[in-house]
Amino acid sequence: MSKFQARLRAGVLTLGALAFLFPFYYMVIGSLQASPDPTIAGAFPNPANLTVQNYIAINERINLLTGLVNSGIFTGGVLLGTLTFALLTGYSLAQLQWRGRGTVFALALLVQVVPFQLLMIPLYVLIARDYGLGDTHLGMILPFAINSTAVIIFRQYFLQLPKELFEAARIDGASELALLWRIALPLVRPAFITVVLLTFIGPWNEFLWPFLITKDAALQPLAVSLANYITTVAASASNPFGATLAGAVVLAAPVVTLFILTQRYFISTDIGSGVKG
Amino acid sequence: MSLTNAVPAPSGSAPPSPPPASGTARGPKKRPLLGRNPLGIMFSAPYLVFVMLVFAYPLVYSIWIAFHDFFFTAPGVQVERPFVGLENFVTAFSDPAVIRSFGNVGIFLLINVPLTVVLSLLLATALNKATRARTFLRVSYYVPYVTASVAVVAVWIFLFNGNGLVNQVLGPLAPDPSWLINSTWAMPTIAFFVTWKQLGFYILLYLAALQGVPKELYESASTDGAGAVRSFFSVTVPGVRPATVLVLLVSTVTGANLFTEPYLLTNGGGPNGASASPVLLMYQLGLQQGQPDVASAIGVVLVVLVLGVALLQNRFAGGRD
Repeated sequence: MSKFQARLRAGVLTLGALAFLFPFYYMVIGSLQASPDPTIAGAFPNPANLTVQNYIAINERINLLTGLVNSGIFTGGVLLGTLTFALLTGYSLAQLQWRGRGTVFALALLVQVVPFQLLMIPLYVLIARDYGLGDTHLGMILPFAINSTAVIIFRQYFLQLPKELFEAARIDGASELALLWRIALPLVRPAFITVVLLTFIGPWNEFLWPFLITKDAALQPLAVSLANYITTVAASASNPFGATLAGAVVLAAPVVTLFILTQRYFISTDIGSGVKG
Repeated sequence: MSLTNAVPAPSGSAPPSPPPASGTARGPKKRPLLGRNPLGIMFSAPYLVFVMLVFAYPLVYSIWIAFHDFFFTAPGVQVERPFVGLENFVTAFSDPAVIRSFGNVGIFLLINVPLTVVLSLLLATALNKATRARTFLRVSYYVPYVTASVAVVAVWIFLFNGNGLVNQVLGPLAPDPSWLINSTWAMPTIAFFVTWKQLGFYILLYLAALQGVPKELYESASTDGAGAVRSFFSVTVPGVRPATVLVLLVSTVTGANLFTEPYLLTNGGGPNGASASPVLLMYQLGLQQGQPDVASAIGVVLVVLVLGVALLQNRFAGGRD
């Protein structure tokens, strides 16, 4: 490995990283511009052209707080369902011997390749029409309630724990739930954080399903209300770009913050093993 | 549970044991009906119910809808939904817009999939060897993947607008009409957007796969006089083949699911349907125009095509595993 090659690699990687980050930087800059400046000079902050007016403008149109609360309920419901039931399933697949566990594991893998486009129409018919759950948080949460990738990640982690640990506690008379709560859970904390992050980004960023199921603006997650703003309202605003980008910053900020805080748990091998099964 | 097993075990272990024992010992000896920890079934039951309710049943229902005359009714109203054979498929594919949307997604995949595989493998290889600023680099590449499409779409509209920054930099080279309203460039621009947005995830997969390539292979390649380029092609590429198969599959399925980007970036598949995707048409035909049966037929065809493409990819890239 020559020095030249190492330099070249560092250069390419840095250049690539900047290309990946630039749109985010531009999102923030654009959201703070009093009048949109698409020229090259506009990519640098100009004190004469800075304002927070765009944040006020977008808030008047789509009520950011309601959107954030709805996104929070949607994401929170999915997290609750996944952390409870995916954990139980992952544990029982890895550490308990019972008939049919191979089948359940195969199902968890299979579910990952079922394309949502085929489920869109029947799920809409079932949830919005038959069950009458249109325009409810429950209807929004239901199709995402248990994340199958989380089931697989939990199983993978629990498999690494020695079986003897559990056998010993069982002989001491601990119940299965106590085993899970007192022994298994503290040992899989890294998996827990990985799953929280991975599950969080799903519903928080999801657009198609909540868009189909919510017509009532007071129930829409932020991704849906912002998209509606982009497609319909933006044309009538005085600074549509500034307001849209301000909404985009508010939508992106929670996930990006969570990601930066937990990125050291977002390690390639964990997720890789989770996805590969 | 373990206690009930443990007690009869000693008596059952003597091969053709006396007649009285065989009656009671039969169960435990053969393994209990539900396994050693039947509680596992209870722990997994909620997930199993969920999969049945949200995946298995809708999957079957979707195929049923595609072959029947299905329309929306008020809740609780019972109507006849006669079997119509392939009629919905004929209706769907007599519509030139539907055919065009399949062509569009073909263009999308031809750009997106190869670009994704090449870029993510190259970047993951470089990232794997990088020694400095690893955290910064990793975060930069993953951030688009963790961010909502709706949020980053807003910036791309701003960037690729008629007098947006991209055209300002390109000057006279900028296409006219601009990217997203140009019928030639709309679909490729969406393909570039999705490649950029999803690349972090595939880099992650390749980084995981690279940990599994034995270091000794690189060492013996270099003692044989292979340079960096040579060892990339003869050690890295074959070493990560299973990951490549996965990247091909996932990026193809993601591409076939395309909806948000044409809906928002090109204002509903414009210009003139040049960037409409099948899923976008399923939404428009099925839910906006009330023809869920025709939309389901499109969905079934799309999934069959995706499966076909995935099988072909597996043939070419998969090798024996």
